[in-house]
Amino acid sequence: MHIPDGYLSPATCATLFAGSTPFWYVSLQKMKRALNTRMIPLISVFAACSFIVMMFNLPLPGGTTGHAVGVGIAAIVLGPWASILALSTALVVQAVFFGDGGITAIGANCFNMAIAGSLAAYGIYRFIAGRAAIQSPRRVVAAAMAGYIAINLSALLAAIEFGIQPMLYRDAGGAPLYAPYPLHIAIPAMMIGHLTIAGLAEMVLSAGAVAYLQRAEPQLLRATAPGAIMAGSDQNGVTTRPLWAALAVLMVLTPLGILAAGSAWGEWAPRDFSDSATRSQIASASSNTPLPAQAPAGLQKLASFWTAPMPRYAPPLLKSAGWGYLLSAITGTGIIILLFLAIGRVTRWRME
Amino acid sequence: MSAFIEKTLRGFSSASEYAASAELLASGGGLLQDVDPRVKVAGLFGLVIVVAAARELRVIGAIFAVALVLAFGSRIPVVKLAGWVWAPVLFFSGLIALPAIFLTPGSSVFAAGGLTITSQGLRSAAFLISRTETASTLSALLVLTTPWPRVLRALRTFRVPVVAVVILGMTYRYIFVILRTALEMFESRKSRTVGVLNPGDRRRLAAASVGVLLSKSLQLSGDVHLAMQSRGFRGEVYLFDDFHTRAADWCWLAGFAALGFTALWWQR
Repeated sequence: MHIPDGYLSPATCATLFAGSTPFWYVSLQKMKRALNTRMIPLISVFAACSFIVMMFNLPLPGGTTGHAVGVGIAAIVLGPWASILALSTALVVQAVFFGDGGITAIGANCFNMAIAGSLAAYGIYRFIAGRAAIQSPRRVVAAAMAGYIAINLSALLAAIEFGIQPMLYRDAGGAPLYAPYPLHIAIPAMMIGHLTIAGLAEMVLSAGAVAYLQRAEPQLLRATAPGAIMAGSDQNGVTTRPLWAALAVLMVLTPLGILAAGSAWGEWAPRDFSDSATRSQIASASSNTPLPAQAPAGLQKLASFWTAPMPRYAPPLLKSAGWGYLLSAITGTGIIILLFLAIGRVTRWRME
Repeated sequence: MSAFIEKTLRGFSSASEYAASAELLASGGGLLQDVDPRVKVAGLFGLVIVVAAARELRVIGAIFAVALVLAFGSRIPVVKLAGWVWAPVLFFSGLIALPAIFLTPGSSVFAAGGLTITSQGLRSAAFLISRTETASTLSALLVLTTPWPRVLRALRTFRVPVVAVVILGMTYRYIFVILRTALEMFESRKSRTVGVLNPGDRRRLAAASVGVLLSKSLQLSGDVHLAMQSRGFRGEVYLFDDFHTRAADWCWLAGFAALGFTALWWQR
């Protein structure tokens, strides 16, 4: 994730440095206003702490270990602006003193990890956590998602920066001068490692640290939880009402699915292969790749393995397709809610 | 004992050792150690930019040769430089560059077993590795021949805001304070642990350690702030500038500039 010198052209580095500068300026101004004389020691000590956190070797499911950046937990504890400054400082010290990340790539590394990462982590955490109580498990889930998505966004940005290099910079003989892989290789190569190992490390770190702070130092989570309900108060009716309303609206809108023409790609039934109109739809949606004359044998065999009680969202007892969709939505949602209520009941019973 | 604690402890120890060795080398005598830090920052960073902008392998190779001569002259042991810089960079960039030899389209140099090595692929891999190795060596030369506080003070000459310089300086100092705290936390845990921790407990331990460090950092920043205030800190920062540029330093600056311009001219 730490881009070394030589992977990005000077122009790319300069552009990303220039792109980072306004964020550093705004962060500095906001921190000065909010903290006054406390800013320098707070940012310095937290930058040092971020540096150490980046050195932690985290045990991951599957027996492997990985390093996290700590962007999720930094944004959750410090807020986005202080997190931008603390992580940027840690990245500068890493690059200049410890040679982890390039000096010319400082702007790029700060943009990807400190700036985009912090803002994404903070936004996702606030969005998912909502006004949940500080001790709510929802905050742990929010932290996990914040860390995971933020680190993957940073990786995606780095992959795009790598991927545009061979498009823009080649020598007279056509050899790429910097990162050699185009976007279609750079993006999957970066993302596979980050969607699995690195993303998991960030997820474990963010969720685990928030779960620990909820028990040991809940006041550290207060700064980024305005309006959080105190532990023990009844929050169900307050926080979930808009979600129930949104769910009801979505259920009422489900008949809109009838308006979509054709069949969904990859969701074909065996009979679709014998219908000429559907065959031409499938072919045009598959870059005109020739279809087999008959439905594949495996598809034919497995298609009859299970017959759904409401096939294609059309319960046999209803003639109207619209009412069929609505009834399917109510039934599906009801089953999911009942399932989660049962899981919640079992979990509570086990905890007690 | 859990391998992750051992690995983390090894990481902490190697960072401390590197910092201690860097400090020792920087305070010793040598070619670059005697140069004004401002000249070194300008000259070595300038060369890093020239390396980044180079479009010819021979230019990068020539600057790497100069960096080697500077390292010898500054009494930096080649074995240490290889261990700290060259080997990790070669391993990381080599892994990334290797597939490029086969994947970069171009004129074939060698083909066997369905794989084709192209001349463009070879050049591309050579660019990536040589550029990264040379830039990393130049960056390491600065840190291994200049005490960190002097590097930071030199940054002021290049209009880096004073707040940023102070934060970088304090960060560096507190890295070692927090590193010591983390080291003690893990060592005490290690001494109390019998047998092997299960994966869930290992993850909980690592995450809880991060939480404890964050909490201790907040407390430490409060203590540091109070200490600063008790010494009269009111938000304004002043840095002492005790640099004296001698005739030899001007010669070094001219030398760095000449090298940079010659390299750029050579590849025209």
